[in-house]
Amino acid sequence: MSRTLAEAAQGVSVRITRMLPGGGAIRQRLLDMGVTKGTSLVVERRAPLGDPIEVLVKGYHLAIRRNEAALIEVDCE
Amino acid sequence: MSSEQLQAPPASPMTFLVAVAGNPNAGKTTLFNMLTGANHTVGNYPGVTVERREGMVASGPCRLRMVDLPGTYSLTAYSMEEVVARTVIVEEHPDIVLDVVDASNLERNLYLAMQLAEMERPMVLALNMHDIAVQRGIRIDMAKLSAYLGVPVVATVGHRRSGRTELLETLVRTGRGEIPQEPLRVKYGAVIEEAIEAVARTVAADAALSRVYSVRWLAVKLLEEDARAVERVRAEADGPTPVLDAAQRQVARILAREGEDPATLIAEHRYGHAAGVMRDCVRVSDRGTTVTDAIDTIVCNRFLGLAVVALVVFLTFKATFVLADGWRFIPWKGGWTTPVGVSAWFFEELLPGLTVRMGPGPLRSLIDDGVIAGVGGVMGFVPLIFFMFLFLALIEDSGYIARIAFVLDRVLRVFGLQGKSILALIVSGGIAGGCAVPGVLATRILREEKDRLTTMLVVPFMNCGAKMPVFAMLIAAFFSRWQGEMLWLLAALSWCFALLAALLLRKTVVRGGQTPFVMELPPYHIPVLRNILRSALERSWMYIRKAGTVILGVSILLWAFMYFPRSDARVFEARRTAAETALRTHLETTRFAHLTAGAGLRDTVQAARDAVEDRTEAARPDQAQARSLPELLARCARGLDRPDDPELQRAAEALARYLEAIDAIGADEARERLLHSFAGRLGRFLEPLASWAGFDWRDSIALIGGVAAKEVIVSTLGMAYHMGHAGQTAEGTGYQSLPLVRALRADPDWNALRALALILFVMLYAPCLVTVITIARESGSWRWAAFSTCYSTALAFAVAVLVYRVGLLFGLGT
Repeated sequence: MSRTLAEAAQGVSVRITRMLPGGGAIRQRLLDMGVTKGTSLVVERRAPLGDPIEVLVKGYHLAIRRNEAALIEVDCE
Repeated sequence: MSSEQLQAPPASPMTFLVAVAGNPNAGKTTLFNMLTGANHTVGNYPGVTVERREGMVASGPCRLRMVDLPGTYSLTAYSMEEVVARTVIVEEHPDIVLDVVDASNLERNLYLAMQLAEMERPMVLALNMHDIAVQRGIRIDMAKLSAYLGVPVVATVGHRRSGRTELLETLVRTGRGEIPQEPLRVKYGAVIEEAIEAVARTVAADAALSRVYSVRWLAVKLLEEDARAVERVRAEADGPTPVLDAAQRQVARILAREGEDPATLIAEHRYGHAAGVMRDCVRVSDRGTTVTDAIDTIVCNRFLGLAVVALVVFLTFKATFVLADGWRFIPWKGGWTTPVGVSAWFFEELLPGLTVRMGPGPLRSLIDDGVIAGVGGVMGFVPLIFFMFLFLALIEDSGYIARIAFVLDRVLRVFGLQGKSILALIVSGGIAGGCAVPGVLATRILREEKDRLTTMLVVPFMNCGAKMPVFAMLIAAFFSRWQGEMLWLLAALSWCFALLAALLLRKTVVRGGQTPFVMELPPYHIPVLRNILRSALERSWMYIRKAGTVILGVSILLWAFMYFPRSDARVFEARRTAAETALRTHLETTRFAHLTAGAGLRDTVQAARDAVEDRTEAARPDQAQARSLPELLARCARGLDRPDDPELQRAAEALARYLEAIDAIGADEARERLLHSFAGRLGRFLEPLASWAGFDWRDSIALIGGVAAKEVIVSTLGMAYHMGHAGQTAEGTGYQSLPLVRALRADPDWNALRALALILFVMLYAPCLVTVITIARESGSWRWAAFSTCYSTALAFAVAVLVYRVGLLFGLGT
């Protein structure tokens, strides 16, 4: 069952299955930051109002908004 | 300093141009400092290095001219930094590209390294922050890494200056071509490689393009549909070009065959290679919880995060004020004083003392009232500014600033801004002491034009370093018991106004939808004291330089505006003569009659008075009459209770009356003169309007001057009141002792309500000239600059009037 990173539970390791279409320039940015197909992610924490979220990717910490996280389709590992 | 090195002689055969590239937070700037010793700031926030920095370093017979490129994650046309970085590499043909790589974050850093390698310039890799990598149990096989990438690799630790010699040597040898370069060429798979070849053939056929660009690199960029590359190719070719046609055909072909656009596939291949390098060259033992994780558990906590931000901002204020003016830690005249005490002494006592010997006249007035009161008023705040910059640098350098953006993003989004706007807001004075000019420039990191414009239009509301003197002065005068608390309140108010204005702007002039937010949260660093001090000193120096040039010029101009045309002095001269005659008549009936011998009683009294105020040396002994005057003056000052000596008491009373009269005449004359001057006329013309907010003509003049630079407000008020200055004696320390503070306190027309209205007006009204110019340049339109000036002044006036009028209703302001 696949869903997006925005819905992923905190602390669970997930793997990117697909980048959903759309997003414009932010897509390239996410790719540049290492958010590519097959990469493992962990949602580390959420900001005080639940958004943005902090994910661990390729050994570093990345903050993204839920809107952008909704472009990233993931599967549980 | 770097500005001198920019004018280095043209490159001789033994001078190599080195472009320093790397990810943000890879320690690039620290490494650059280590190599060149150049003076500049080191930040920890993505995008803090925006301007170009250069430095020269000698190594043996060779010289390296280093260019510090902005920190980037990639070389697309995504941000201005990336465009700048690749433009330097393409257009300036550096002899060497030095890629600074964060050893503790190798995989993502390699992504950039691969793109740099594609640009086909000789390369050296600096494996920086090697110590942190080792601490985290990351072991990198450097020989293997070097072999894989085909370029030399040197381990460095920027802040400990380790690896410097080896790195310089490697750079020189690379420049001389002594180290073979076989840069890694990422293979993108059969389908894409085919496409690259097809496009590359058309690029190679185009002489204009192939002369400037690496053929393969441009082909890859065109397949990525890189906006800037496409634009450049279109600009080179007049009309349809086979290059773009080929690129478009290939993009469509790849999309059809792979079901994914080439940009995505290319990025995936690069990261695939990076993962391969990691597998082959890097061993990671389990690192457990890092310090950064532990700190973030608290600092970015869902419940505590906002409280921590508020606390940090508040502590910054408190600490700044305690260090600048709340803690006497400098040995001074047998006691102790604060840094503000020292600078106040310099400009309020030492320098004016030097002009006492000059005769009265326009020149002395220019120096005293124009230059010293003007520039001195601004310089007096250097200690405050310095400590604020120090704490700002601490927050930047430690990495906390990115957490502020993370924690506040959702809050800021309510107002149509985003987390990254926070940097611009803070730099502009969100943590007081900033400046709107770099603040406006800091909006460059905002990708979305509408976010950028909105941020740019509201950052001038923040309490920049130039407004702080105005606030500090008025607070010292009317809210002295709540200095820290008032400043905290003013900071909170400036945030409120900025955010509400942003919301309003996004609903009206800058309408538009949501924008993306993707930001690295870099590991915390223990800030390097040297870097922080350097940053604070450099920014303080910029402030001083501004005071020495722009503000000096404006001060002199305003002084002339307030000095000319001269009013008729004869009325006041007649009053002075009358007062002098009265004093003479009284003294002649006492044993002090000898004092009145000769014509210059007025000058004698003035000289003695100056001597008592310790502004010149004691009166010369050969003036017998002058010797007993100090004694008389002392009696005046100490009170007149000497029933045993009625003669002395009579004389002292007469002298006291005379001094009072002379001071009143002086004040009247100064007031009359100001009113008569060009400035006074304009101020009076505006007074009917200004009085709605409780301002008088002097405030209006000061506020008009403040459009040039906000510091001018204090100096103009200083001039306006200093010209009527009537020899008060010093009391208290720091701001409490500033003559202007005492003058405002003593003035019956001034009260806390008027001060508050003025503070709010200053907080909100038109940005200073330099900011307006910067907004025009950065928004690309003078219309936005004009809009910014008008809407903020209108808002400021509305708020000041509202506060003043409501305050009056509640019986405040008396």
